[in-house]
Amino acid sequence: MINISYSSLKRDIRLGVKNLLLHKLRSILTMLGLVFGVGSVIAMLAIGEGASEEALARIRSLGSKNIIITSKKPISEGAMMNNNIRLSVYGLFYNDSVSIQETIPTVSKVVPVKAMEKDARFNNRSAVLRVVGTSADWFSLVNRERLAGRVLNPSDIAYSKSVAVLTEKGARTLLANEGVVGEILRIGGNSYEVIGVIRHEEASDSGMQMPDRDADVYIPITTSRLHYGDIYTQNKAGSRSSELVELHQIIVEVSEEKYVERTAETIQRILDISHKKKNDYDVSVPLSLLRQAEATKRTFSIVLGAIAGISLLVGGIGIMNIMLATVTERTREIGIRRAIGAKRHQIVIQFLIETLVLSIIGGIIGVGLGLLIPYAVTTFAGMPTVVTMWNLILSLGISTATGIIFGLYPAIRAAKLDPIIALRHE
Amino acid sequence: MAEKDSSCEYAVRFENLSRHYDLGGQVVRALDGVTASFKKGSFWAIMGASGSGKSTMLNILGCLDRPTSGHYFLDGEDVSQLEDDALSDIRLNYLGFIFQSFNLIPQLTVAENIALPLYYKGKSDHECFSKAKEMAEIVGLSNRLGHRPSQLSGGQQQRVAIARALSTDPVVLLADEPTGNLDSATSVEIMKLLVDMNNMGKTVIMVTHEPDIADFAQHRLIMKDGKIDRIS
Repeated sequence: MINISYSSLKRDIRLGVKNLLLHKLRSILTMLGLVFGVGSVIAMLAIGEGASEEALARIRSLGSKNIIITSKKPISEGAMMNNNIRLSVYGLFYNDSVSIQETIPTVSKVVPVKAMEKDARFNNRSAVLRVVGTSADWFSLVNRERLAGRVLNPSDIAYSKSVAVLTEKGARTLLANEGVVGEILRIGGNSYEVIGVIRHEEASDSGMQMPDRDADVYIPITTSRLHYGDIYTQNKAGSRSSELVELHQIIVEVSEEKYVERTAETIQRILDISHKKKNDYDVSVPLSLLRQAEATKRTFSIVLGAIAGISLLVGGIGIMNIMLATVTERTREIGIRRAIGAKRHQIVIQFLIETLVLSIIGGIIGVGLGLLIPYAVTTFAGMPTVVTMWNLILSLGISTATGIIFGLYPAIRAAKLDPIIALRHE
Repeated sequence: MAEKDSSCEYAVRFENLSRHYDLGGQVVRALDGVTASFKKGSFWAIMGASGSGKSTMLNILGCLDRPTSGHYFLDGEDVSQLEDDALSDIRLNYLGFIFQSFNLIPQLTVAENIALPLYYKGKSDHECFSKAKEMAEIVGLSNRLGHRPSQLSGGQQQRVAIARALSTDPVVLLADEPTGNLDSATSVEIMKLLVDMNNMGKTVIMVTHEPDIADFAQHRLIMKDGKIDRIS
């Protein structure tokens, strides 16, 4: 019968601590194994979690109901050479956005995006701005904070009005503040009335970007076509190259999340036909990217956790090693206790408590270390880290379990000693 | 658990007790059919040359070993074939040990050493301490309760061991060469203490090879080749 009362447990713990304090250096060194084990488990998981959390947040900001179609220059472009002028024709057409809108019932919004760089003047300041021609739906899709004035509305588009919405970044480039609303901005020789200022997405250096990255000013897509046409000419390295791109991007919003993947397939088929498989666009589905990223995150966490788990295992072996040495060293004490009348399980408990005290204290210090490392990584390396409560509990639990598992064998060995032989031990 | 013996005037009774060791096919008869009885309140000295079987007898007496055959009645109960846990209980409740090398636990204080059996009996801290104080007074060490064994002389350590052995009020006090590590003056003090305990009614069984130490006992049992040679 195993009967452990609270007061005897308290006494066992006191005795355990006393025995551990008898060999301070040894106890600390033994504990270090677990401290680093637990610390690295937490730190690894936090760094893994942080890295994938950042990727997930970025994908999520693209909208899980959205499909983003982007024009890209095909590798074998159909170029027309004429007097050293190279004209590349590729990308999405205005008609693509119309046909997507009209043929697929699950599509709720289609937003065309046309991006270009234009010289702009405001007061006496001139700058090159990134101009985005789009429709009114854009603003409900990205949902950025409005800082002043209003955004584009359907009538601006319908009547090709010369109005412009600045982003915070664009306003800053022009040295303008929120009072800019109502003033005149000249873009590529045309005058626009600034009607509003909105916040924009911070640029980050990852692969997936929201299309408004780096945008300075939004104008109605109809106006942009009217003023600047579709040919964009660039001078570089002595030759001029021109591109004819009608739309740089089409953002499609699907009515419900469950239709997203099927809609994307349909879009792909429609575009394949109209583009004759020219492969000059990309269809990306943030939702499937999200799913992939989540799967990657799981694998990543398992791998990192396993690596850190090995250091815990090493810590556990360290504990076992020391406890076996301790049992040998205290063979006589075990003999005395047994002769006096201690039962085997009481000896087991005595030694197990010592390992548990070691592993729990080591675990707690390890948790501290595990919190410190991600904090340092975030502060000094700028990497995001996420420490979850669950990870802390998990590592503390594993370290305690390590203590029990690796402490059990030495404790049982101690209890199995023949008291007669143990008493004779020098 | 154990068969009750009719007469309880004997603290210990051996009936045809044998202990054989099998050493690679060769059987060593450390104890070979020993029958003996030790009355309650008596003081015995077990003597004999090394290899005579006196240590084996003490191990069996102390319930640290089990006989191969025969019966051992302790306070009327047959304890010869009990399981390990039951033997631990017998040691805890019926027996007190005194060893040649004192066998105190170095990291515990005098009080904690004295009270160690009480701790295994599940007594509270308070009970343990007051009993330890009482026992320390009996052996004359009440001013040393907080000391470590290493801070005491050999004689004092043996007194602590005696106090520990007596703390559970055992039926039999077993002493294994209790003066073997002490000088003669201290030996006499310790023996006088054991005689005092015997006078207070404790049964004492002591293993020794020194005749002048054996003189303190009322009876002698002399072992030879696993058998009783002589009782006087």
